[in-house]
Amino acid sequence: MKQLGIVGESVKRRDGIAHVTGQTRYVDDVSYPGMLWLKMVRAPVHRGILKKVDVSKAEAYPGVHAVVTAKDVPNNWYTILCLIGVGPNDEPVLADTEIMWRGEPICAVVAESEEIALEAAQLVELDIEELPPVMTVDEALAEGAPAIKKWGNNTFMYEGKPYRRVFIGDVEEGFAKADHIIEGTYQLNPYDHVPVETQTCVVKPEPDGRLTVHSNTQALYFTKDNLGIILQMPDYKIRLVGGTVGGGFGGKVDVVIEPVTAIAAMKTGRPVKWRWTRTEEFRNSSTVGMYRMHYKDGVMNDGRIIARQVISYHDAGAYHRHSPYGVQKHAFNLAGPYNIPNVDIKAYCVYTNRQPSSALRGFGVTPASFAIEVQMDKIARTLGMDPWQIRFLNAYRNGQMKAVRKVVEDATLIETMQAAAKMVGAELPEWCWKARSDDWKG
Amino acid sequence: MELVTISFKLNGRPVAVVASPLENLRDVLREKLQVLTVKAGCGQGGCGSCTVLMNGEPVVSCLTPIVNAQGQEITTLEGIGTFNNLHPLQQAFYDNFAAQCGYCSSGMITVAKALLDHNPHPSREQIIDALAGNVCRCTGYVPIIQAIEQVTDSK
Amino acid sequence: MAIKRGRGIAALNYPTGMNLGGDPSQALIYMQPTGGFVVKLACTDLGQGLKTVVPQMVAETLGVPLESVNIETGDTDSAPHDMGQFASRSTHRVGNAVIMAAKEAKKQLLEVAADEMEASPEDLVISDGEIFVRGVPSKKKSVFDVALAATFKHGKTVSGRGIFLKQNHGVDPETGACDPDSTEAHCTTVADVEVDTETGDVKVLKLWSAYEVGRAINPKMVQGQIVGGSVMGIGIATKEASFPNYPQFDPHPGSFSEYMMMGAADVPEMESTILEMGSVDGPFGVKGVGEMTANSPLPAIVNAIYDAVGVWITDLPVTPEKVLRALEEKELSDK
Repeated sequence: MKQLGIVGESVKRRDGIAHVTGQTRYVDDVSYPGMLWLKMVRAPVHRGILKKVDVSKAEAYPGVHAVVTAKDVPNNWYTILCLIGVGPNDEPVLADTEIMWRGEPICAVVAESEEIALEAAQLVELDIEELPPVMTVDEALAEGAPAIKKWGNNTFMYEGKPYRRVFIGDVEEGFAKADHIIEGTYQLNPYDHVPVETQTCVVKPEPDGRLTVHSNTQALYFTKDNLGIILQMPDYKIRLVGGTVGGGFGGKVDVVIEPVTAIAAMKTGRPVKWRWTRTEEFRNSSTVGMYRMHYKDGVMNDGRIIARQVISYHDAGAYHRHSPYGVQKHAFNLAGPYNIPNVDIKAYCVYTNRQPSSALRGFGVTPASFAIEVQMDKIARTLGMDPWQIRFLNAYRNGQMKAVRKVVEDATLIETMQAAAKMVGAELPEWCWKARSDDWKG
Repeated sequence: MELVTISFKLNGRPVAVVASPLENLRDVLREKLQVLTVKAGCGQGGCGSCTVLMNGEPVVSCLTPIVNAQGQEITTLEGIGTFNNLHPLQQAFYDNFAAQCGYCSSGMITVAKALLDHNPHPSREQIIDALAGNVCRCTGYVPIIQAIEQVTDSK
Repeated sequence: MAIKRGRGIAALNYPTGMNLGGDPSQALIYMQPTGGFVVKLACTDLGQGLKTVVPQMVAETLGVPLESVNIETGDTDSAPHDMGQFASRSTHRVGNAVIMAAKEAKKQLLEVAADEMEASPEDLVISDGEIFVRGVPSKKKSVFDVALAATFKHGKTVSGRGIFLKQNHGVDPETGACDPDSTEAHCTTVADVEVDTETGDVKVLKLWSAYEVGRAINPKMVQGQIVGGSVMGIGIATKEASFPNYPQFDPHPGSFSEYMMMGAADVPEMESTILEMGSVDGPFGVKGVGEMTANSPLPAIVNAIYDAVGVWITDLPVTPEKVLRALEEKELSDK
């Protein structure tokens, strides 16, 4: 690799001194004269029919400037990936007729202080007819399960199919030829982003009719585009300001905070701030939902995996958000960095009445890598093979074909294995040390 | 609740605020005194990003009623060091890449200052113990511990 | 009842870029009259350090001192489109965009310099803020002087535009055939654990990791991702649960005292090494690394547990209860 002058140097962080002196400005540090605070009223049940939302007492509470409800949202659909074809519309910005998850936002109280907004929020009266919720993937896919989605089943439809399929070769043929069939089921349960800074935004309505939106979103233009769609405003009237985020990890790409705050700012004519509480961040922000992956591999006596079948279920929670995209990315990575000629993958994106899932560091690949690598050891142990050697044997090489029918390039798995083996003093046979990602001749 | 006047010393300067007695110190510092180095990470005393020193002892300002600050000496990061007069801890955090998003840095440096004021030569275990109330999601804590150790080594 | 030790390995890949592409990044760059450069981006720094590595890549491309490059980011009124900071895409896409913009600006600067120095632009080199004729280091002019000349004498702009887009070519609905990423980074992690067969406690003793990242623009910051990600990964594997009694909804943690995660006291010994083997189209050969560092501890730890006590904990997070139940089951089935 060519040695360069500045690239390759561990220069100190540009924002390093600002960080260590506390001078870095985050969205919570933004303040405007006359700024109001927003607090959200959320659904207390997992599933139900929202019959009535009575905000009269909250509206009348001293210090309250407005209560924002579904009626105030110009285009009450929150389908953040509509711009890349994810649909149909299923999630409202504010719940209108039904409740689909415990914590779903219903209405927002906008007041002089955080304290007043919280007190007034307690006075909102909700009339909800509870319905039996569907709480797991198994319940959602069971025979006779209530269809919680209006298109009739509880999965995202990938071009008419309830799963994303990736296949190459013929797994059944592979299984017939294989010396061993080795199966495994791997489950990664929900966890959370937990950035130290919670989601926060401040929206200022400008005298010229534009909106200035300060947000700790990870994606300024993405937020802007979606805001324009929800507010039914040309998005050149919206300015997103941010760029300094106290930790993201995928949890600040949901555009879940700006729309209602913007509506509150327009309704009151005042700057409005919404800073999520830590409890909201844990209980109401998107998690990464459960993934359960079933592996069935056809393996030869010498350790070569010649067939891999994977069926994977992801609990996307109540709505799309980024899940249809995430499950697709997951599907494309379920075979792993290994050369397997026969692969058949089916990845399901399943809806339940849980907190919606969304992007989290490693989106879709984290569960896949977990399953692949434990399965790899399972195979090694079943065959009495060394876990290193089975990986060197199966590792993909440049020029080989992936399950997504793309030729392998930039492969470096083998080189990282050699480096790690050296670090721990692993004893490997010569052929492992001699292996290269470039050694496949075709 | 009736408003009261609370007077205390902030980074050596006498200040006075009018507040409700149970309003928390964090919000008073941020909203009324524009001390923005104190962060609002959780409001539950669980993350340490709001840590300030009260008479040299680290406290979570989000759970400290302002009335408890009456007559006390409060130190925030501004009182520990500034960009043209960095405290050795701040220099060490900078040199060791101990801040990524920076949101936990104020609390970490403040609690480390209190540790070193009490114990100029802490062991690694004592450093780790002192950080028990501070959450970092980005760095994995390692460069933070290294930065603090570097200061104790050079003292 | 005993403390058993075990070692596990995991070898992983990670794709760079938004799945299937279609995620462009744009950049603008302009020179100020005395030779400083400003880069305009609508990007976010989440702590991963874009505000640091972008000036590095631009200064390298232009041949000017690092501190003369400033980056303005975070305002959609002042900068062109960027898709956002996720999918380990930014150093790759934003990097390519700023390099493209810097190259355009450099070309214009060299045209002015060529005029000023009566040389051909192809013969000029910029290094450390000086423009000189290749092979004739004495024949030189400072960027400072050429910048002034461009602005006030020649009336020439020195600026550039950049964009990087990997086009989205879709997915075959039948076979799933597609081009999902720009490149793949790889890593191998080895984990040593201790399992207490009486309590079910699993302690991670040490992690070794080798990461191949194409090119490390700033090695210390790549290491920062490896260390920070490893700690997050250990937490995901052994502690974190939004629903500790999943699939039961409650208890539902709402605070740091209820949601278990890694603290300073939980961090084991860690060692890592960075390999750089380039990439097809990464800027300076870069591959994205920000997300993948939290992945490898999961299987490495589970595999180490099997090595220690012969049970597979395939439902994460690993908890003492799950370990004890598995050990119990194993004992019964071994009989």
